[in-house]
Amino acid sequence: MSEKVESSGPLPAVPYIKLPAGGDPYLEGQKCSSCGAVYLGQRMACGKCFSRDKFEAVKLSDRGTLHVFSIVHRSFPGVEVPFVSAIVDLEGGGTVKGNLVGVEPEPGSVELGMPVEVFFDDAGRKDSDGNSYVSYFFKPAA
Amino acid sequence: MGDVYIQGVDMIRFGRFPDRSLTSLGAEAALLALDDAGLNMGDMQAAWCGNLGQAGGMVGQRVLQEIGQTGIPVVNVANACATGATAFREAWMGVKSGLYDVVLAVGVEQMGRGLLGGAGGSKGISKEGLLGSGIMPCVFAEAGVEHTRSYGTTFEQFAKVSVKNHHHSTMNAKAMYQKETPLEDVMGAEMISYPNTKLMCSVNVDGAAAAVLVSEKKARELGSGRAVKVRASALTSDPYSDRDLVMPDINTCTRNAAAVAYEMAGVGADDLDLVELHDCFATAEILHYENLGLCKDGDAGRLIEEGETALGGRIPVNVSGGLLSKGHPLGATGIANIYEVSTHLRGEAGARQVEGARLGLTHVIGLGSACAIHVLEKPA
Repeated sequence: MSEKVESSGPLPAVPYIKLPAGGDPYLEGQKCSSCGAVYLGQRMACGKCFSRDKFEAVKLSDRGTLHVFSIVHRSFPGVEVPFVSAIVDLEGGGTVKGNLVGVEPEPGSVELGMPVEVFFDDAGRKDSDGNSYVSYFFKPAA
Repeated sequence: MGDVYIQGVDMIRFGRFPDRSLTSLGAEAALLALDDAGLNMGDMQAAWCGNLGQAGGMVGQRVLQEIGQTGIPVVNVANACATGATAFREAWMGVKSGLYDVVLAVGVEQMGRGLLGGAGGSKGISKEGLLGSGIMPCVFAEAGVEHTRSYGTTFEQFAKVSVKNHHHSTMNAKAMYQKETPLEDVMGAEMISYPNTKLMCSVNVDGAAAAVLVSEKKARELGSGRAVKVRASALTSDPYSDRDLVMPDINTCTRNAAAVAYEMAGVGADDLDLVELHDCFATAEILHYENLGLCKDGDAGRLIEEGETALGGRIPVNVSGGLLSKGHPLGATGIANIYEVSTHLRGEAGARQVEGARLGLTHVIGLGSACAIHVLEKPA
């Protein structure tokens, strides 16, 4: 049995989602201060330049451009399809993967290089202890 | 240091064998390779075995329990979809180093059906379909769409890879399928992850392949006239790239391995007569035309359009049917590719023979990532 999670609110779906009390959610990167490489999560040393102990937590932008996508029509049982799997380069550094919503899941409706916004919402899934989660999503930039 | 030769090599017919054991498949391939070499287990000085699904299960030793327990060193190898080629390369290193004169490399896999991959992590909630998709058809679709973004490559061009490879396998009795798939069938098949339809995804099958590698001295002594020379063996992992965390970079590790292999062999892509490359999805084959230098960057769409990579074309690719049609038993695939190229270099490929084949290349890539390339030369 897992320990009951004492939680006053929803949990982040992944550790790099930050949910500050009384503030807006954001994505957090770990930036190597030697070479500028941005990671999602801490490293022992930088994968690019091998520097150690030089990471600083940075708030990642909520705006970016769609690098590539695929439209997934078949996934594991229970996963709602179709959906747009998107890889987004964030302004100022960092690349993240997520679902692109607010567009028809058809090739003609998704434009490579289009500007997108990151937003946060309920993940729509609970864990086995009944905890709710907040996740991030992309939508076309207003 | 002397060269290393493939004295014997073979594969079982790929298919679904739920009533057979993993070890019996590996053992069958090993015996076929030993027979091809005209040798037996008593001649082997060491063995390497590639398998992914039972990587902790001492599969190599279990194979030897079926065909001859001689007490030689046995090493079990796992390296994603590069597993078989890595086992072959380790065996090659054993001979190249001068430590052994005759060794065995086996690759074997029994696969379930269905999707591979998926967003990992057991804590919390599943991320599949929440933070995009980690299934393999999607990962390779996204890699293909990157090519579309750079060069305008079309869904139809990607689909033509499957038409070609399925056509090739109609001439290969050891392939899972022998069935033509016209373009409209490929494009009209169930969409799995755009632009990869079901007929643009490799087939999960059971399979095994094996090779006997020997030193130059031993090859001369045996004098079979069928020994294929290993001109180069290269293995890379994925170097740092900006998007690697969320978008596995299958291009750079292939380019790096190709550069090492061409330099070691002292040849260029223009010198090759055929290529077996890692067409785990139709989108991937297009990328690897450029990664392996078969054409210049941006020209891969034209290459498939104009039939240059079909049997009879300038540089035939995946005349075996490839992973798309021959099938993709992860641990066996790398050695099966080596079997295919060797068979052409020996002039024994029958209806699908690439005429006058003198030099061939094999390529596999395992996500995570590992890329293995071998350059092989026809028997002297």
